Amino acid sequence: MSHLSYKEAKSKVLKVILILGVITIVEVLFALLGKGYIIEGVHFPTAIMGLAMIIMSFVKAYLIVYEFMHMKYEVPGLVKSVLLPTLLLVWAIIAFFYEGNTWKNYRAAASKVEERVDPPGTLKAEDIKSGMEAQQESHSGDSGDHGDDPSGH
Amino acid sequence: MSSETVMHPSVEENRSGAWSGGKSPFKASYGKLMMWYFLLSDAFTFAGFLIAYGTLRFSNPTWPVPDFVFSTFPGGLHNKPLYFVTLMTFVLLFSSFTMVRAVQEGQRENKKGVIVWMLLTIFGGLAFLGCQAWEWNTLIAKEHMSVTTNPFGTHTEHGRYLEGDGHGIEAGDTFDPGTPYLIHKHHGEYQRLKYEVTEGPQAGSVKEMSFGPVAFGALFFFITGFHGFHVFSGVVFLLIIMLNVASGIYAKRRNGYEMVEKIGLYWHFVDLVWVFVFLVFYLL
Repeated sequence: MSHLSYKEAKSKVLKVILILGVITIVEVLFALLGKGYIIEGVHFPTAIMGLAMIIMSFVKAYLIVYEFMHMKYEVPGLVKSVLLPTLLLVWAIIAFFYEGNTWKNYRAAASKVEERVDPPGTLKAEDIKSGMEAQQESHSGDSGDHGDDPSGH
Repeated sequence: MSSETVMHPSVEENRSGAWSGGKSPFKASYGKLMMWYFLLSDAFTFAGFLIAYGTLRFSNPTWPVPDFVFSTFPGGLHNKPLYFVTLMTFVLLFSSFTMVRAVQEGQRENKKGVIVWMLLTIFGGLAFLGCQAWEWNTLIAKEHMSVTTNPFGTHTEHGRYLEGDGHGIEAGDTFDPGTPYLIHKHHGEYQRLKYEVTEGPQAGSVKEMSFGPVAFGALFFFITGFHGFHVFSGVVFLLIIMLNVASGIYAKRRNGYEMVEKIGLYWHFVDLVWVFVFLVFYLL
């Protein structure tokens, strides 16, 4: 289906797979470099490293769809009818992540209020956050150490 | 299967006009076009899962640190952050490459070539599934993560351990905020270590390790499981189509092994999804 000859297509696909492999290695190096695994004590801001890895992932996605799946050689109508609907996801991602962030702020606000109101030793917001286990065990716990055990046991 | 056949020129002449099937505006067969639309719908399904993951991750103050959670390697190796998942990614990339080669051999009607490259693709798919089985087994049987319990937590304050866990943590060890930990299981019970807070307004108080965000286990198992199931289905279909290639029925159609091209689209899509699963679960 492509406009390339068999030989050209063969060397092209070899080139693409090499690029994909190199990008993957760079991504992993970035993930480890940002957290100080490669150079001791060196940390990079997560926002910058994250953005770099997201961009690299989209380059990989482009190469897979356009070269491996031959989207590059399809007629424009087909390309648009398949790719344009995915733009709806842009709204979904923004709306849901914004909402998730709001939940986080509510949780933080709620735990602050409880810290002020509750006497030491009672169940705190952190326990609720860390799930059912903490709640269940807080009733059977020892609380031997003058009740100053906010993580609940 | 018979919808694959190329239209004979005589049929094409009879069906003239845009609404009587004579023209193919997308210059693609019905089967190939519908494979694209199926993949589009599948992309939305995966996007739904991944957006749910992102929303829950955003809503939690801490999240399990991937280079701590995924740091084991077959052979009892530890502290190998992301090595194994990188290997899995390469296995899947390699099988995508062999799939393209199978499609290319099909376009020049080389039956033997198609079979060899498809066989390699199936091998790659099985290797990936094997890797995933090992990863799941480590998380479930050794680290005791389940869909309802997540023993991977993150410290939010400075502190000093008051007891050791026999897995590298000794009594007296100190830690900073952001340090990840795993709550090990001993005799059927999670061993939540006691520690003393050393800085901040709560300095001096004694606390216990708390569990990590509950949603992590369910999200991990369902999303990687759904992807793994796609790989498994892909392997099954590749096997069926490879047997059909061997039987010679596609050669008779003289359409450049279009069925191989269609399963190829599906296979690359599985690789495409992995790019994003890899990004959100392991890299970020």
